Amino acid sequence: MSMLTLKRGATADDLTPRGPRESLISRGAAMLIMGVFTLYFLTPIWWLFIASTKDRGDLLTTAPLWFADWNLFENIHDLVTYDGGIYLRWILNSIGYAGLGALLATVFAGMCGYALAKYTFPGRELFFNVVLGGVLVPATALALPLFLLFSQVNLTNTFWAVLLPSIVSPFGVYLTRIFASASVPDELIEAGRLDGAGEVRTFFTISVRLMTPALITVFLFQFVTIWNNFFLPLIMLRSQELFPITYGLFAWNTQLNQIPELRTYVLVGSFLSIIPLIIAFLMLQRFWQSGLGNGSVK
Amino acid sequence: MQHTKRAVATGVALLSAIALAGCAPSTGSDGSADAAACTPADGKVTLEFTSWIPGIEDVVAMWNDENPDIQVKVQTGPNGNSGTYQSFFSQLKAGNAPDLGQIEYDALSSFRVQDGLADLSACEDVVAAEDDFIPWTWGQVTLGSDEGVYGIPQDSGPMALFYRSDLFEANGIDVPTTWEEYKAAAVKIRAAGGYITNFSTADINQFAGFVWQNNGGWFQNDGKEWTVDLTGDATTQVADYWQELLDEDLVSTYPAWTEEWNNAYNSGEVWSWNSAVWGANSIASGAPDTAGKWSVAASPQWEKGGTSAGNWGGSSVAVFKGSDHLYEASKFALWLNTSDEALTALNKSANIYPATTDGLNLASLKEGVDFYGGQAIYDVFAEAASQVNPDFVWGPTMTQTYADVSDGFQKAVTGQGTLLDSLKSAQDSTISTLEAQAIPVAK
Repeated sequence: MSMLTLKRGATADDLTPRGPRESLISRGAAMLIMGVFTLYFLTPIWWLFIASTKDRGDLLTTAPLWFADWNLFENIHDLVTYDGGIYLRWILNSIGYAGLGALLATVFAGMCGYALAKYTFPGRELFFNVVLGGVLVPATALALPLFLLFSQVNLTNTFWAVLLPSIVSPFGVYLTRIFASASVPDELIEAGRLDGAGEVRTFFTISVRLMTPALITVFLFQFVTIWNNFFLPLIMLRSQELFPITYGLFAWNTQLNQIPELRTYVLVGSFLSIIPLIIAFLMLQRFWQSGLGNGSVK
Repeated sequence: MQHTKRAVATGVALLSAIALAGCAPSTGSDGSADAAACTPADGKVTLEFTSWIPGIEDVVAMWNDENPDIQVKVQTGPNGNSGTYQSFFSQLKAGNAPDLGQIEYDALSSFRVQDGLADLSACEDVVAAEDDFIPWTWGQVTLGSDEGVYGIPQDSGPMALFYRSDLFEANGIDVPTTWEEYKAAAVKIRAAGGYITNFSTADINQFAGFVWQNNGGWFQNDGKEWTVDLTGDATTQVADYWQELLDEDLVSTYPAWTEEWNNAYNSGEVWSWNSAVWGANSIASGAPDTAGKWSVAASPQWEKGGTSAGNWGGSSVAVFKGSDHLYEASKFALWLNTSDEALTALNKSANIYPATTDGLNLASLKEGVDFYGGQAIYDVFAEAASQVNPDFVWGPTMTQTYADVSDGFQKAVTGQGTLLDSLKSAQDSTISTLEAQAIPVAK
């Protein structure tokens, strides 16, 4: 889905300079629609930010979209000290699951996609089609079978129970295959072979560099997917020291009736938890954009 | 946030359906025969216990200090229906469930029909403890049978009427003692610009509490077959009553626990709430501006001078099938739910309202509460706790029943169909759900 929209966007960019001039009306309409949607998407974040700066009493009684007394730092302090600082632990867990998981997923998907693009072997298309089928299986449907498998080997309620399933990315294989066949010239691999480099070395020194934009994209997608994955931790984990941030905040949110002060912690915690995602996007997006451009030109 | 919750609930329901479908054949068998014997183990034992009560770790630490031979490892997570039950079902299926788990009364039957619970009636201490508990809470853990005991009652949710004493007084309205007076008061309050209460379409538990108070019941189990009766006389009377209030615009219909709902109470738009004992905390946290203006009275009755109370919520601590330490597990569960030290600690950390008769007299429950103008509100709930009908039984597919009734109720408040219509269709879908899981239903 996202792939489709992104590709279409890239193609449009490509054509714009040569296409007919747009009228002011359609340009204005487009700006208006984008403006409305920007507002629509940013309002909840704005609300979350405002809510994070209020104390519990003000939250219910003051205007929801504007500041009352500035309490953000007290709130953050309360949040990170509550229950022995479990919130920071959750953040670290999330970074561990998402960072390490996305890194491994990228390496595996990159190698797999490259192999599918550059080597011919019997059953290649069948294999690729099976991987493509994997894109269609919702993660939710896999959670219970995965739990039963992990139970067999006594790995439930461990770090591995969330990490291992996260390093599989069928979409990444798909993307890297397409990208590798377009951007890694066979001649270059041949040249590498002639110079005496082994296949592994050729991959890691030459091909990976050419594939960097695609790999960054896979990393970002996978990072966000793992960060937001809720069901897997819900099924696999029982000890709150292992929870990722999403699941931890959810657990708090279900206890609001019993401990009202959690309402503030959930809000501030949610607000802080989007910061790592924003950082990841800002750092990686320039690779990402150039990557998509490259792919479409070839 | 509400949407996420909904999505999760749907996902959990979907997964439960898968899990349940896989387990269906075990239903008919009587699991008690192969139960582990209730004898002490040799040497040191470590038990696993999963609960979502805030601060439970500290209470368990008290036990661990005093009982070096029976150590308890506690794990926490979200509320039962928000994920922990799903974990339990998965773990039971995989054969690695914890020894003990917190289970609300309305979910016990689901675990029982999946053959997931150990029968504690093999333990002498457990059988002897029956008299310590408020009779109806014991009825909840025996699931209406005479033979088995499938958990130790932990807390209860007797219902009473929270009301804005200042507003009632200022407008010269008497505190209603019958549902008829309640409606008359509702008319006056509407004229004064407020609503007497909020009718929540999502909290089918509250509605069930009203039915419970009216001595109605939705399920019955004779050991072999389940009888489903969501449209009996008692239920119909309650449904028709609230339908009238809805039709005449005498109650508001905000989704419960949302900011709008809190605001409606905080701003004085809504004047009363017939809710469980733990609701005291919900109002105090959701409507902080109204501190000191609330009081608590017994729930309105169907008959003048009646003494009947409903119940909303409450949970038990159950021992899962497959635990090798029935004796130690039941020892711990009894201590957790009957000893003064544990009950006081639970009440302090999480407002747990005890299920034992002695527990209702805890020192912490005798004090006046500032938010309620210094009234000793728990006296009212202690009285109500003794008036709850002991024969109310929950069915084994409550998640689905709640969802169906709730969907219908949501339509009813927007004027499509009636409350009774949704109960009728929930009756049919509940029966087909039971049949789909090979649970025998009496026709």
